[in-house]
Amino acid sequence: MDALIAPLLNGSAQGALLLLAALGLSLTFGQMGVINMAHGEFLMIGAFAAYLVQQVITASNLSIPVALPVAFVVAGLFGLLLEVTIIQWMYRRPLDTLLVTVGVGLILQQAALQIFPSQGVPVEKPGWLDGQLNILGYEWPLRQLFTILLASVCVAALSAWLKYTSFGRRIRATVQNRDLAETSGISTRTIDRLTFFTGSGLAGVAGVAASLIGGTNSQMGAQYIIPAFLVVAAGGIGQLKGTIIAAWAVGVALSYFAYWTTGSLAQVLAFILVIVFLQLRPQGLFTVRTRSLA
Amino acid sequence: MSTISKRLRSLTAMGAIGTTVALVLAGCGARAGDEAAAGGTSAAPSCVDTSGSAVKLGFLNSLTGGMAISEKTVSNVLHMAADEINAGGGILGKKIEYVQEDGATDWPTFAEKTEKLLTQDCVAAIFGGWTSSSRKAVKPVVEKHNGLFFYPVQYEGLESSPNIYYTGATTNQQIIPAMDFLKAQGVKRLFLAGSDYVFPRTANAIIKLYAAKLGIEIVGEEYVPLDKDDWTSQVAKIVAAKPDFIFNTINGSSNVGFVKAYYDAGLKAETTPIISVSIAEEEAPAMGHEVTGQYASWNYFQSLKTPTNPKFIESWKAYPNSSGVTSDPMEAAYISLYLYKALVEAAGSFDVDAVNAAAKKNAITFDAPEGKVTLDGENHHISKPGHIGKINSSNQFDIVWASDKFIEPDPYLEGYDWFPADIRKQLVDAAG
Amino acid sequence: MTKPRTTGPKPWISLSGIGVFAVLLLAVAPLVLTDHWLNNLGKYCCWAIAAVGIGLAWGRGGMLVMGQGVFFALGAYSMAMHLTLETAGDRIPGFMVLYDPLAPLPMFWEPFRSAGFTLLAIVLLPVVMAGILGYALFKRRVKGAYFAILTQALAVALATLISSTIRETGGDTGLSDFKYFFGFVLNDPANKVMVFLIAAGLLIVCLLAVWQLYRSRFGELLVATRDAEERVRFLGYDPANVKLVAFVVSALMASIAGAMFVPIVGIITPAEIGAAASILMIAGVAFGGRASLFGPALGAMAVGWGQSSLGSTWPEGWTYILGLLFIVVILFLPNGLSSLPSRFPGRTRPKPDVPPTPAIAAAELEEVRA
Repeated sequence: MDALIAPLLNGSAQGALLLLAALGLSLTFGQMGVINMAHGEFLMIGAFAAYLVQQVITASNLSIPVALPVAFVVAGLFGLLLEVTIIQWMYRRPLDTLLVTVGVGLILQQAALQIFPSQGVPVEKPGWLDGQLNILGYEWPLRQLFTILLASVCVAALSAWLKYTSFGRRIRATVQNRDLAETSGISTRTIDRLTFFTGSGLAGVAGVAASLIGGTNSQMGAQYIIPAFLVVAAGGIGQLKGTIIAAWAVGVALSYFAYWTTGSLAQVLAFILVIVFLQLRPQGLFTVRTRSLA
Repeated sequence: MSTISKRLRSLTAMGAIGTTVALVLAGCGARAGDEAAAGGTSAAPSCVDTSGSAVKLGFLNSLTGGMAISEKTVSNVLHMAADEINAGGGILGKKIEYVQEDGATDWPTFAEKTEKLLTQDCVAAIFGGWTSSSRKAVKPVVEKHNGLFFYPVQYEGLESSPNIYYTGATTNQQIIPAMDFLKAQGVKRLFLAGSDYVFPRTANAIIKLYAAKLGIEIVGEEYVPLDKDDWTSQVAKIVAAKPDFIFNTINGSSNVGFVKAYYDAGLKAETTPIISVSIAEEEAPAMGHEVTGQYASWNYFQSLKTPTNPKFIESWKAYPNSSGVTSDPMEAAYISLYLYKALVEAAGSFDVDAVNAAAKKNAITFDAPEGKVTLDGENHHISKPGHIGKINSSNQFDIVWASDKFIEPDPYLEGYDWFPADIRKQLVDAAG
Repeated sequence: MTKPRTTGPKPWISLSGIGVFAVLLLAVAPLVLTDHWLNNLGKYCCWAIAAVGIGLAWGRGGMLVMGQGVFFALGAYSMAMHLTLETAGDRIPGFMVLYDPLAPLPMFWEPFRSAGFTLLAIVLLPVVMAGILGYALFKRRVKGAYFAILTQALAVALATLISSTIRETGGDTGLSDFKYFFGFVLNDPANKVMVFLIAAGLLIVCLLAVWQLYRSRFGELLVATRDAEERVRFLGYDPANVKLVAFVVSALMASIAGAMFVPIVGIITPAEIGAAASILMIAGVAFGGRASLFGPALGAMAVGWGQSSLGSTWPEGWTYILGLLFIVVILFLPNGLSSLPSRFPGRTRPKPDVPPTPAIAAAELEEVRA
């Protein structure tokens, strides 16, 4: 029983972290067409923000809940800065945004290496996350449940925001037809900035979750960027539900592969699985029907 | 499309012609089996010039990229040692002038920079490297140019080179003491967790051989790529395997992920402790309180009570760029520069062959912070004390076990009958 | 179709440019450079060969190939396996012994004993692999960002796979310590010069090849496919085939680059083929000018040189400079340094070769979204 249930639960948590990392991307990539390779470094910024919050609020029971919104705002502001200085000039060149943000990522990594202790910094897990939940005989770490809950809250908040608020409506309008949206009086510039702020902020939240799982150092973002992009692509661009399913599937697949084979081979197999899937279904799980020819 | 294929055909023809022309242009150098060439591998004479009032040394560490996390400190401690030696009058009266190079966490770059240091900067010796991969990249280059390389990190052994001095532990000074400690603790079931690269793989191969001899059962073995932090799936396997102890050969930031996943799963130092060979005073703080109570096997700990250790700690703490704590690889790097000084002074010359001859003739010693180490002139490793430390709440190590004497280096494990002689012979042969 | 758009210089200017470049590399460089710098130049030549291929696929074909490390690896590991076996002779390579001392050489190593097979593999492996991959992707109309991310993911997957198969491939440590190169002693400086000349010669050949391709009807079709794929389709061509050819040629060049990298640098590891290495290959191309003839090669060589020299004097600074290079060049000079001359006043400004023409920008945006 353990051999079946443990990878399923662990994989769901792994998928939730992947989803947190992919959520912001799905917003910036899916809604705006910007390929932000520095997204992993925004995640790192979120993790460092959590560390800095813990320096001020030493009780880790309290500091992590405080760190979540702080990380959102800090990473979001970095994103806004990136949008205003660089990205806004490049909306007509999506592939080039990829290369520009590679450069941004390099700079952020090196800066983090020089600002913080090179070995990285500790982010303490709150005491209320100690312990396990017994599920069908498997002692499931509470921390994993937390990752899943956090991802769920973020997804719920994001979709509610997109669906019910006026900002959300304007974002959707801009995505569907930028020119028409502009004609109807929507400031697409403001919308772009807000979308980029939110997408980057979500990376910051993912960074807090990641800091509870792995090391908080200058290199931490690099490991999430490619899997997160694969998840967004496999889910279907601009499709929240697709991203959710793809993230969960990749997480669970990774976990089962890791259980049956080795940790390294699991990474390889999961990548190949997504690549083959995308070959079979290039538009991802779900697609928006448009009238474009491409 | 026929035009395309025609073009391609003409392209192929052009390619063939071009290559042939290049080959002809090149003329011929020495071929395999050519005696003159085989003897001529000593290449150009060394360009090292020590006639002035200074001696040039090269420091080669990754200051950028993933390994900068660990190697920056080694680079800083080398600078400190050089400053100390210069303040004390230098080596043979010559001041050290160092050239710092960045290996950039890229092994071909290590090879390129080694060649640059030896042939362009004309340094008398090179200090640095961290990963086994970086050392293996440097090795052919220093051998080709008959240079000297001092390597300061514990490694998987089974290697020796006339051009490399190893001041970190080989397996019988770190892994084997750790196994002896586990045996003394009454461990019956051991789990091996490592990063997926040469050191953990080789170390675990040796551990398995020795465990069979000690009667310790290996209940599982897991590897995760160096650049991945998430250990949750593997830790679930550890929980299921119910070991009494975990042997940890994970390196870098992945170790933080391992310790966190371990703690999340409810494993505790009291019931399923970890013994690690790469968590030191530098790494422990980044892991938070989860690592308290775990063990590590090293030769040097900051908490060691030796005559020279307080001075070492004090000067490091006062050094600009200091990280505030001392650790085994740092201390080994510190030793390497002083050991070089002792070697050169024994030889009375900076010449590589003279230095190697002096190493063979005299018992070169140095009063290191870990104790008085002696160089083995044959295998170029140093004797070291074995220590096991237990991490306390201030991320320092309480020493819980020490070898009864300094352990002589034995990179090919010749003194251990459980290590198969045929493997050893093949390895020595393959090393040439 | 009509004659080629006269965006670039006249053909004979390019050809004589290649001639001058050839003289500089093949005749002048060996005379004036020290052994060390000649060897470094050889390494930059390898990157330049791969860059010429990227220029073809990305600059002219619009396919952002972010996983050239895969094909670089095919060539490099083919060559490295051969050289390892040549060095080991009848014995099993040393790194394999420890994990399983009695096991024979892995099956897939055996054919690489033969020099002929190795050379064939360096050419055929990337062609076959890129052929299959490209066919599968282009027929399904995978393009734009998808294509970029997929190829990058492949490079990461391959690097991870090689890292984890220590006994079979040398793992993270890679393959190194080669003594012979097809019978020549590698330590002999004369032979090092020979290896350099082969690499430089191959670079010239690759430049000639793309020069010819760009002039050809195929070159026109490729640019047309990049700028308006649908229109090409409506004209009765299959854009997938056009892209496939460009992709395969660029893969072949990456493989050749990898093969020459091994004897020059003396080591190959998964780090040379993973995400960072694949992106660094693109950096040079973007810097020099993706769609120009010389831009990619010169850009790659410049980045290589920057890494060797600036990386020495100011390592932390080099990372910042590399990062800024990406930002500044892509932001302000999408056509790289090679477009600088045309930006000076007093000269007629040719139509920009790459974006932003509204038609393709819109198409690209659509393809990201659709």
